[in-house]
Amino acid sequence: MLNLSLKQLSQNLNDKTFSSHELTEFFLSRIKKYNKQLNAFITIDESSSLSMAKMADDKISKGEHKPLTGIPIAQKDIFCAEGWRTTCGSKMLENFIAPYNATVIQNFNDIDAVNLGKTNMDEFAMGSSNETSYFGSVKNPWNLDCVPGGSSGGSASAVAARLAPAATGTDTGGSIRQPASLCGFTGLKPTYGLVSRYGMIAFASSLDQAGPMAPSAEDCAMLLNTMASHDHKDSTSIDHKKEDYTTNLNHPIQGLKIGIPKEFFGDGLNASVQKIIEEALDKYKKLGAELVDISLPNSDLAIPVYYVIAPAEASSNLSRYDGVRYGYRTKEYDDLMDMYFKTRQEGFGEEVKRRVLIGTYVLSAGYYDAYYLKAQKIRRLISNDFKQAFKKCDVIMGPSAPSVAFGSGEKKEDPLAMYLQDIYTISTNLAGLPAMSIPAGLSSNLPVGLQLIGNYFEEGRLLNIAHQFQLSSDWHLKIPEGIS
Amino acid sequence: MDWDIVIGIETHVQLKTKTKQFSGASTSFGNEPNSQGCLVSLAYPGVLPVLNQEAVNCAIKFGLSIDAIINRKSIFARKNYFYPDLPKGYQISQFELPIVGEGKLSILIDNHTKDVRILRAHLEEDAGKSSHGLSHGKSGIDLNRAGTPLLEIVTEPDMSSAEEAVAYAKKLHDLVQWIGICDGNMQEGNFRCDVNVSVKKKGSDVLGTRREIKNLNSFKYIKQAIDYEVNWQIETIEDGGLIEQSTILFNPDTGETKAMRSKEEANDYRYFPDPDLLPLIVTEEDMLTIKDSLPELPSEMQSRFVKDLGLSMYDASEITSNKDVADYFIGMINEGASAKLSVNWIIVNLFSRLNDEEMSILDSPVTFEKLADLILKIEDQTISNNAAKKVFEVLWKNPEESVEGLIEKMGLKQISDSSEVEGLVDQVLESNANMIDEFKSGKEKAFNALVGQVMKASKGKANPSQVNEILKKKLSN
Repeated sequence: MLNLSLKQLSQNLNDKTFSSHELTEFFLSRIKKYNKQLNAFITIDESSSLSMAKMADDKISKGEHKPLTGIPIAQKDIFCAEGWRTTCGSKMLENFIAPYNATVIQNFNDIDAVNLGKTNMDEFAMGSSNETSYFGSVKNPWNLDCVPGGSSGGSASAVAARLAPAATGTDTGGSIRQPASLCGFTGLKPTYGLVSRYGMIAFASSLDQAGPMAPSAEDCAMLLNTMASHDHKDSTSIDHKKEDYTTNLNHPIQGLKIGIPKEFFGDGLNASVQKIIEEALDKYKKLGAELVDISLPNSDLAIPVYYVIAPAEASSNLSRYDGVRYGYRTKEYDDLMDMYFKTRQEGFGEEVKRRVLIGTYVLSAGYYDAYYLKAQKIRRLISNDFKQAFKKCDVIMGPSAPSVAFGSGEKKEDPLAMYLQDIYTISTNLAGLPAMSIPAGLSSNLPVGLQLIGNYFEEGRLLNIAHQFQLSSDWHLKIPEGIS
Repeated sequence: MDWDIVIGIETHVQLKTKTKQFSGASTSFGNEPNSQGCLVSLAYPGVLPVLNQEAVNCAIKFGLSIDAIINRKSIFARKNYFYPDLPKGYQISQFELPIVGEGKLSILIDNHTKDVRILRAHLEEDAGKSSHGLSHGKSGIDLNRAGTPLLEIVTEPDMSSAEEAVAYAKKLHDLVQWIGICDGNMQEGNFRCDVNVSVKKKGSDVLGTRREIKNLNSFKYIKQAIDYEVNWQIETIEDGGLIEQSTILFNPDTGETKAMRSKEEANDYRYFPDPDLLPLIVTEEDMLTIKDSLPELPSEMQSRFVKDLGLSMYDASEITSNKDVADYFIGMINEGASAKLSVNWIIVNLFSRLNDEEMSILDSPVTFEKLADLILKIEDQTISNNAAKKVFEVLWKNPEESVEGLIEKMGLKQISDSSEVEGLVDQVLESNANMIDEFKSGKEKAFNALVGQVMKASKGKANPSQVNEILKKKLSN
């Protein structure tokens, strides 16, 4: 069960080689065994998971089997799941039981996939190392002294250590791709609007996008089939024709034009990471692709623009955590203001407070034009860079992160160094483009991810390109030692 | 010194939609506190707003009815501030690009029409309601109203007296009900005005500093608050003081206005476009469909009545002040009643009766058919105007009676047979020889007294103009 792909698991369930109940128990026991070390899960609810498995088995026995029926999936704790504690990694929601299902969760429930538990994450998805979680930092299974990346670090650690066959994540500035890179598996951030944001606790609404995290591109294609849906409850959800993302996985990639942005290979990229990326690109050449030099001239502005827009939206999105209706409220207070101040002082962690402050500042009267408005203008320039680039190539490739996983605590006190982790991923969030990270090799026994960026709604193409690579490599199948 | 008064009004009109601005929760009033929450109006983690198209249609209707620019693209923005009755910590409103742009509304003041320019109208959601002092040291929050759709209508500072301000507010109040976008219930807060008042030296081009009187929900309060505020501002300036820009509240119990917060204490709302909502696009097609669904507007109907029915501006304006009144009037003239008499009867007799009983015209026991019947009886001289008033009173209490039947029963049928009237005149002349002498000696009053005597002898049933005519003829012999 440990090394089977989602397709194989699905086959076995349908053939009744093993039941969903057995499969779920298998992963629950792995969680029991390894979660103390990894801290990948915030909430496990064995009886709920097993009763979902039971229901899936009933469906399978009635012949109502769908591709992911009965497969346990770890859910990032940013998705509201009815009856489940949903914390978003924050003390503010430590005891919050969601009264409804996010559309992503509902989509999985509709085909009787099993919720395996809620995974750890940076508080309100703000972080690149999973060290801002109120529920403690998450460890990288490849090296327990290293971070798994973030903010979907719990999902990443769980997939890398095979505590779950697959997981969901969300990506606002790289929160699926960077941890996928640092933990050595496949992660996809879809086109903005492809997956509903309803029920996914908002960080930065114009950038947030949910996506699949699993060992292979084929697994991700199966997950995306379920996750993507047009949703009238999310006004920014796009009415895109329903696709089967597994259909074109085997298309040949002869003649594929891969754009190599020179800005992704400059200072700041670790030399051994660069070498592994170049080897991966060589492999693509061997598979029949052609490399084209391109330029994304405004790349260096992506981080500053992001750190205006994302905190601005976050400062407003997080205003609802005021201690009035649900969530944490301070114990003692004199009046309303005192209640607000203490609740938010005590309920939010440092990084969240930092971003709320930045966001409040950039939206303030007198600063709005200089920061927020200007950032929006540059955001359009960044989108335009991609538009120009896609005239010359079919897909853009480069590193997902500037380095391999770094040591726990190494960048915790230096937010700017931490923010640079997302230097290659952020611009696609600003442009709303789909992008993936796939395992490309190991450097000092730590994984390196190759990033693939596609044009709007080209998830199918990206998955096909990734799958072709994975057919002739096994980096995505590697499991860290000591965890098997 | 003489002063000019400058007034601008912002009105919050609650739109008559079944559900809230951005969610499917009900908008009905007066239910158990917090029974109309839904996850969206309670701002649960992860929920998202979805725009109510019905509210958009209301805004477009309003824009079309004041001849305004409808912006083909408008933007929803977040207005950020903390208050317990604002669940999200921000209100979704429109800031830089509202759905309705510049338009105008004409008011009738001292028989002259004056245009009040509308600067903009934008869609937004209402907050919940806070009740302070429910129990010691505690406040209650009712979120039923949170998320209710509002249209905020903003004028230019075009009004120069409390009378004009009230005329504008009434006109707007009538219009929004006329086009069916608001139920107009002011007690329930469905139509509330924020009035900006400033004064300046007569003829000066420089505007004075304004103070904004918040949340006035009756025309009487608007008048009282402005009168008080204007006096206060003039006295303050004449005493050498300065007006400070501020938000103030009107206390109906004392009739005074009092500052709530000054400009320095004002919130920085940190407006920015709401990333959860796409720009609102209004297509040509949407506009045409809505245009077709609009009823004839009061201004159009008013000019039609002046032109086609010969009504005065005043009468036409009164009769088109309210859709139900206009419908009642149209019903009457369709029954064949004369327009002029119908207007008089509605705005004099019917209105005073309705006012006495605090009733709406829709609940009038005297239907438009019955009132038309009554007027037809006046017109064909079956009864006199005075007799008609008596019939009206009885009809009010006995709405099941017919006009014809009541006239018969009450014996009010006018004597129009000229020989019968002549007989009565002769009778009166015979027994009042002294009055004839008085009349002939030049006392005009004696003539009226004789008319009165004839009317009395007929028990009020003689046709007064006929009596006049016959009496004149007899006396000149």
